[in-house]
Amino acid sequence: MVENRPLLTALSHAVLILGVLAVAFPLYVTFVASTLRLEEIMSVPMPLLPGDQLLQNYSQVLGAGTTTGSKAPVSTMLFNSSVMAVAIALGKIAISIIASFAIVYFRFPLRNFFFWMIFVTLMLPVEVRIIPTFKVVSDLGMLNSYVGLTLPLIASATATFLFRQFFLTVPDELAEAARIDGAGPMRFFLDVLLPLSKTSIAALFVIQFIYGWNQYLWPLLITGDESMYTVVIGINRMIVGGDAANEWNLVMATAILALIPPALVVVLMQKWFVKGLVETEK
Amino acid sequence: MEKRVVFRSAWLPYALLAPQIAVTIVFFFWPAAQAVWFSFQLQDAFGLRTEFVGLENFKALFADPHYLASFRTTAVFSALVAFWGIAISLLFATMADRVLRGALAYKTLLIWPYAVAPAVAGVLWAFLFAPSIGIVTYVLKRWGIDWNWIIQGDQAMLLIVVASVWKQISYNFLFFLAGLQSIPKSLIEAAAIDGAGPMRRFWTVVFPLLSPTTFFLLVVNIVYAFFDTFGVIDATTQGGPAQATQILVYKVYYDGVKAADLGGSSAQSVILMAIVIALTAVQFRFVEKRVQYS
Repeated sequence: MVENRPLLTALSHAVLILGVLAVAFPLYVTFVASTLRLEEIMSVPMPLLPGDQLLQNYSQVLGAGTTTGSKAPVSTMLFNSSVMAVAIALGKIAISIIASFAIVYFRFPLRNFFFWMIFVTLMLPVEVRIIPTFKVVSDLGMLNSYVGLTLPLIASATATFLFRQFFLTVPDELAEAARIDGAGPMRFFLDVLLPLSKTSIAALFVIQFIYGWNQYLWPLLITGDESMYTVVIGINRMIVGGDAANEWNLVMATAILALIPPALVVVLMQKWFVKGLVETEK
Repeated sequence: MEKRVVFRSAWLPYALLAPQIAVTIVFFFWPAAQAVWFSFQLQDAFGLRTEFVGLENFKALFADPHYLASFRTTAVFSALVAFWGIAISLLFATMADRVLRGALAYKTLLIWPYAVAPAVAGVLWAFLFAPSIGIVTYVLKRWGIDWNWIIQGDQAMLLIVVASVWKQISYNFLFFLAGLQSIPKSLIEAAAIDGAGPMRRFWTVVFPLLSPTTFFLLVVNIVYAFFDTFGVIDATTQGGPAQATQILVYKVYYDGVKAADLGGSSAQSVILMAIVIALTAVQFRFVEKRVQYS
């Protein structure tokens, strides 16, 4: 604080409070809608205070889905989303930590070539190669499977970079000491490097978990089977037509269920989340 | 930067790289090469015959008014998303950097939308703005505004911009806040002693020092608007009404998946790849510069 200007401080608080309220407004309306009867939502304007259907609506979607749209139970979808998010996060971390270890701690022919090969994948988001990637996955017989859902998304240049940057800051003396003590490269990796990387791993896990949970286009293409829907896809399958055709109370309950896990991860692991976000973009 | 101490092994580094390289080849390079290959081909309606047509698909694209319109739509959409996303979050970050009390609470309450999937963000906003039952629509109608994004293209655009900006504010906010906190307080104190008021200090000291962050966010937000907003659009307008919100990525998906035009869709993919490569190149040149000067 450079100087004391009570008026400006009051204004700052006012702007921030308005901002927080504006940002939270859609969430509040969604929550209210998820506790109402369908008729209450349809009577314009819908009530802005929670109703008494909370348990009713949530147990309906968890157990049996909607009646007009997708009938897949949301509990299955939540399970699929969790599998996808965790598999993508762990998969990315595992393959990129060993790849960066190879690139930083070894000299070998084609090292730079491999590094650039990983680097250029930054420039090819799923969205630009949708159809050919779909063809590859379908030729490999991976449609409607967890492998097809996760494997194509686990190659990640950002994670490889993050670990490379981190390994470069690890003092050379550690590797030297390990070598003098007669430890091989894998021993050094497991006993020295991996424990040192804990924070980076946690930060990446948070970012990649959210990335995996929120995937849309890819699961939309490869999950034709209701039992493989992720929860984000499931919501969209519940919306079948115009305003009056949808069971909005159930759709909104599903939306709340879909955003609780990643929101909890962000809020509870805030420190690692911010670290991961700021560092993966360097 | 290189390591002075390295390990020696003829096979181990290759084994360690193998999983990542394998996934990269199978799911990145092979499909990207196929996209380029398909873009030079024409398939008949039943997928029975393919013919090599050279640059015909590209020529057809640039002669297609729908494709050119999609370019314009994408430009308008990404400009709006980037501008408002950056402006609003800069305001919040500046205010949050000022207050001492409750800073962490504000931060927590502003960052959670990052966790919401774009497709879910689309559903939330579509519900608020739903033509017949939406609560915001109700208010707008009482003010005499005829709100129906299902029919009116401008309103559909507004809806996807609002939903996309809402989701992106948290991300921009965190970067601006980090940027603001790294500005040395002595600079701002010096300006204050010289008699510059808060507004003047912001525009002549703080904002120029934030320009690297702003530029970085500009590129990131444009990339976000180009690709990550697919979920927002598919969950709300689906490119409509009358293609008013059909951005380039949505058109690739629509032409390739819904209309089964493999050649045309692949040609569009190739053009998009060129755009991403250009944007990434711009970003990296800039990152190099920043490293030199800092």
